[in-house]
Amino acid sequence: MKLSLGDKLMRVMIYMILAVLAFITFYPFWNSLVLSFNTGSDTSLGGVSFWPRDFTLENYQIVFEEKKIFQAYLITILRTLVGTAVAMFFTSLFAYALSKKGIVFKKFYMIFAVFTMFFNGGLIPYFIVMYHLNLYNTFAFLILHGLINVYNVIIFRTFFLELPDGLEESAKIDGCTNFGVFFRIVLPISGPVFATLSLFTAVFLWNDWFFPAVFINDQNLIPLQTMMVQIINEGTTATLISNLNTYAQNLVENSVTVRSIQMATMMVATLPILFIYPFLQRFFVKGVLVGSLKE
Amino acid sequence: MLQAERPIQAGQAGQPSLWMRLFQQWEFQLMILPAIVFLLIFNYAPMWGILLSFQEYNLFTGFWESPWVGFEHFQMFFDSPEFWNIMRNTFAISFLKLLIGFPAPIMLALMLNEIGNLFFKRIVQTITYIPHFISWVVVSGLVFSMLAVDNGAVNDTLQQFNLIEEPINWMSIPEYFWGILVTVNVWKEIGFGSIVYLAAIVGIDPSLYESASIDGASKLQQIFKITIPCIAPVIVIFLILNIGNLLNAGFEDVFVLTRNLNNGILMSVAETIDTYVYQMGILNQRFSYATAAGLFKSILSIVLLIAANGIARRLGRTSLW
Repeated sequence: MKLSLGDKLMRVMIYMILAVLAFITFYPFWNSLVLSFNTGSDTSLGGVSFWPRDFTLENYQIVFEEKKIFQAYLITILRTLVGTAVAMFFTSLFAYALSKKGIVFKKFYMIFAVFTMFFNGGLIPYFIVMYHLNLYNTFAFLILHGLINVYNVIIFRTFFLELPDGLEESAKIDGCTNFGVFFRIVLPISGPVFATLSLFTAVFLWNDWFFPAVFINDQNLIPLQTMMVQIINEGTTATLISNLNTYAQNLVENSVTVRSIQMATMMVATLPILFIYPFLQRFFVKGVLVGSLKE
Repeated sequence: MLQAERPIQAGQAGQPSLWMRLFQQWEFQLMILPAIVFLLIFNYAPMWGILLSFQEYNLFTGFWESPWVGFEHFQMFFDSPEFWNIMRNTFAISFLKLLIGFPAPIMLALMLNEIGNLFFKRIVQTITYIPHFISWVVVSGLVFSMLAVDNGAVNDTLQQFNLIEEPINWMSIPEYFWGILVTVNVWKEIGFGSIVYLAAIVGIDPSLYESASIDGASKLQQIFKITIPCIAPVIVIFLILNIGNLLNAGFEDVFVLTRNLNNGILMSVAETIDTYVYQMGILNQRFSYATAAGLFKSILSIVLLIAANGIARRLGRTSLW
């Protein structure tokens, strides 16, 4: 079928708009990556955009040898791994039980959970409850915060509801308990949904910076993203470096700038997400759709 | 499955008692218990904590000992000199985000749908979904870098095209703040937001387009006469949800783009109910007062949600309930 002139024109315009959109989405990441590999002093001369002009690994060297940043990175990794595992464990069990027929109080449990999606007490009451539970300033808070995500419960449950009954029945005849059935039969065949929701949870935990900023005071417990707020808002190299350890102080201040350090830290915090993103993308479209249909 | 269904048949004389059934499905009840306890502590206890907005709460005397003061904190909030400025900012920022941030993903989905080249389409999708997965902290770092006075890409580009003489200090001019905030929000969420609409568009019956093009309808006419009406229910549902969430939208973005609320020049346009609650409650430890301000916002949100749903229902379209 032939396209009319108007249609052709529109098509060209759409291609152009989308190309521009893709570029302005991509460029800030690329430019930051380039700046993180460029000598800070050279960057401040201007004109570095698509490719490093004075290549260096110095910025990364500082970031990786800086104890505080390393500690924060460790906390983030630990929080992401433990938090995801714990959250997946309790969320999937909850959703599995809710997918069974004839569960007493099931309707109540469902409403009880879904209600929390629409109403919450707000920041201050949450803070006070956490304070009185002695979770303020603890690693446990970093794990427990947002542990049961009702959105994920719904996605899990939708998946479990579609499993054929026969699977589980044969295992039951072989004398498996319900927990046994769940861990030996249901979990192994739930790979895709587990992968999707684990990745979503991991990304959430990796990126969460605000709640640690409010609920964690101890500098040794602060995750990377929260520390990065401090680093990004540092005004001068002097204050940044005086906040960091001696290694950075020994470095020739002229070649490293606040900006180059900021860029390297940002990349260190972002690259893991960009690496898992291709795996994530395969699944998340489906996940988003299941979730939104239930709303 | 077995365990869950069979117990009902197990009791030979009618229904087994509630306790009997609970006992028979104890494993499933045990699977449920931790999550319910968790929600009770982390979600419901703070809801009950809303009550402390009617108290003169103090961390050390605790809930039971703190005196009740009725609506005093609400009155104080309404009478405070900042109140009208905060309300203006909250509504202006939320409204601008809705006005621009809501249609943007729909437009992107419509445009993506017109792309025949699958490779190009996939690249655009892959790239535009990324920022959704990046934290606001990193996004703020990118924004500061792009808008920097010295060697910021935006200033450099504008200067190269001779649109400006001197670099503009974007983050220190109150007039630009709302624009920057909304632009960055659209930049971050446009791709991810388009997923749902794209899926809805894919579900449209292709024969509708065929007959339309036989009748000589142009592509643009097809978009307005077929695509948009077909995805209207999805749009309405998301619009209602967005209006219900209107006042919640955006605390993190304001927080990081004003450098932890420390950018004094911007605060006159950036102070919203959420940032105010944070400043009063967390920084100044005026817990009761801040909770009252937060509760006021929640009530406004609920009113907006109910109103939006009512309007949608009256228009004879989809509604949430």
